[in-house]
Amino acid sequence: MRRTTHVRRRVLGSRVLGALAVLGLLAPLLTACGGEESGGPTTLTFYSSNPNQVPIVEKCAVESGGRYTLDVQALPNTASGAREQLLRRLAAEDRGMDILSIDPPFMAEFANAGFLRPFTDAERRHFSYDVLAGPLEQGIFEDKMYSAPANGNTQLLWYRKSVLKKAGIDPSAGPVTWDQLITAAEKAGVTFAAQGRRNESLMVWVNALVESAGGTILSPDSEGKPADEVTSGLDSDAGRQAARIMRKLADSPAAYPGFSTGGEENSRAAFQAADGGFMVNWPYIWAAAQTAVADGSLAESFLDDVGWTRYPRVLADRESAPPSGGLGLSISAFSRHQDLAVDVIRCVLSPTNQKAYMFTAGDPAVIGSIFDDPEVRERFPMADAIREGMADAGPRPVTPYYGDVTAAVQSGFHPPDEVTESSAKETGDLLEAVLSNERLI
Amino acid sequence: MSTTIPAAPPEAAPVPPRRARPAMTDRTRHERRLGWMLAGPALFVMVAVTGYPILNALWLSLFDYRLTDPDGREFVWFANYATIFTDGLFWRQFGVTALITVVTVSVELVLGFALAMVMHRALYMRTLLRTAILIPYGIITVVSAFSWQYAFSNTYGFVNPWFGLGDQDWFGNTWTALFAICVAEIWKTTPFMSLLLLAGLAQIPNDYLEAATVDGATPWQRFKRVILPNMKAAIMVALLFRTLDAFRIFDNVFIMTAGAQGTETLSFLAYRQTISRVMVGLGSAVSVILAVIVVLIAFLFVKVFRTDLSQQKGGN
Repeated sequence: MRRTTHVRRRVLGSRVLGALAVLGLLAPLLTACGGEESGGPTTLTFYSSNPNQVPIVEKCAVESGGRYTLDVQALPNTASGAREQLLRRLAAEDRGMDILSIDPPFMAEFANAGFLRPFTDAERRHFSYDVLAGPLEQGIFEDKMYSAPANGNTQLLWYRKSVLKKAGIDPSAGPVTWDQLITAAEKAGVTFAAQGRRNESLMVWVNALVESAGGTILSPDSEGKPADEVTSGLDSDAGRQAARIMRKLADSPAAYPGFSTGGEENSRAAFQAADGGFMVNWPYIWAAAQTAVADGSLAESFLDDVGWTRYPRVLADRESAPPSGGLGLSISAFSRHQDLAVDVIRCVLSPTNQKAYMFTAGDPAVIGSIFDDPEVRERFPMADAIREGMADAGPRPVTPYYGDVTAAVQSGFHPPDEVTESSAKETGDLLEAVLSNERLI
Repeated sequence: MSTTIPAAPPEAAPVPPRRARPAMTDRTRHERRLGWMLAGPALFVMVAVTGYPILNALWLSLFDYRLTDPDGREFVWFANYATIFTDGLFWRQFGVTALITVVTVSVELVLGFALAMVMHRALYMRTLLRTAILIPYGIITVVSAFSWQYAFSNTYGFVNPWFGLGDQDWFGNTWTALFAICVAEIWKTTPFMSLLLLAGLAQIPNDYLEAATVDGATPWQRFKRVILPNMKAAIMVALLFRTLDAFRIFDNVFIMTAGAQGTETLSFLAYRQTISRVMVGLGSAVSVILAVIVVLIAFLFVKVFRTDLSQQKGGN
């Protein structure tokens, strides 16, 4: 009898110990759950595609006075990489996602799939206040705002003042065309840098060329139609002009070595090289050049030699449509803290924080009045050109099938030295066939 | 020395005459049941985790299904397969994949053999030598792909300055880009090939080589008539493993060219349909086709070339 009791005690003891161990393992989880219930800070997950957002996000968490904390998750640094990660998680209805940084062209795809929470009318009014037209349009799909514009972007024509005399052209004196610039660069023996790499930057270039020539990559009535009814606008004079210019630059000695694999950073390196002459690129290159000067990898005289003006024209008698870029902040439809997420976005996009982001990232703010700020004008002497470019920008197609559209364009217009005028029609046909599930991409 | 020394004969295992199966004893029955009880759960899990995705991929490949358009999901029978087989892109990428496979595996066989011989014959610092040769295989493919991408870069790479190639844009042309991809692949996986061949080399009895030497065979004759015939099984297994691996090449292409310049392979095609385009049906169909091709390659090696996979366990 004594022995039995002893055994029972031992069994009981081990059970108690086991239960305690399990409780010990679960304790952090239980505490975390209880924290929110008992009024502790709620943790929201912020999927960020730019590390420069992090200090601002952290500042907002501190300013919230303990209402929320933010867990910042870095997204891949390429537009398509970020899209793929967001898409995978959203399609799996991941409830651990709250605030998402989204590249504007991919917003429609997410919104159409029901992955994003639309902003209410009051929220929309708040996030539209004093926001420039270009970035604002990019946050709206089928008349609902799904993305609060966080920063806008546009490309400028950058040039080296020292080569203008030899090139026989001065872009600051009046609008110039791609043809004039290519000829001028050849004459001066300098490079004219654009992005020929087969990724989103190529799509940005093709879209800007087509829009500048008065066309569109998708026919204007394609928005809202099912995939197999979407039609291309590339089989047009504008599409052929885009192909012609691309080929002309690729065949020209003004194209830098490695042009067909060169992205924004390669273009910047080519422009900063001794034979750099002209370049189309985003304004971040100005902040990057200043950093390079500060760390001694670039001569200080470089900054004095750089000039800028509006994106070049395709047709001499038609104003150019500069590329439109930027970033929007959206809320996942599967988030458990959607109202709180709105507060976070309000804080992150406050004028003060947009200005701070502009200074650290070099990407333009979306609030118009920021460009009148004397400090901004001092740091960004090209502020007016950026504001004008953002206002007149030609956005990339707004379609839920943007992923296929950009893949088809990247496939049809690459490599630039093999593009012919017939590439416009062939790419349009490919695009329609891909969307109808008749061809692969 | 004109005759080929045959491969080692199988151990003389007496073949018992076929008899009626003896009745199973209770103990054997219990042991068998215990075996099933112990191994059964693992077997069930294995079948579930491998069988379910395969069956699901087969099922999904019959749908026109875009992940971002769940309402548009439609059963289309074999339309996805028809789309794939009638598209020139598929055949082009099949060609690129086959080309990369043939080139890399051939070069790896020669290089791997040379390295295996060096490792086998080395008298000093054997362990250090083997470790050094195996280092590339230990590096994550994505990391090695980035390294080679930087190496071939025309702005900061070392390949152009070393060989005086100026501004040669390796990734700006199909053939040069494929060359760079093949170099990266060969560098990464030759050690694997040499490891398999080394195992085969170690199995050749030294007596054969000594006998050949006594008979006056030159090193080339010893290699051709003694080493190669005795290593046939090891070579076939090494070729089989590397061919299957090479045919699924993805990482190097993804990092080095992202499929530009016509360097996309079949794995990349599956990735683009499934992950980039979220066309789950079409992507599953490409994956199924890729899997079938891999199985066919394995079948070809095992049946046609009579590859003896048991050699990798130490033979017999």
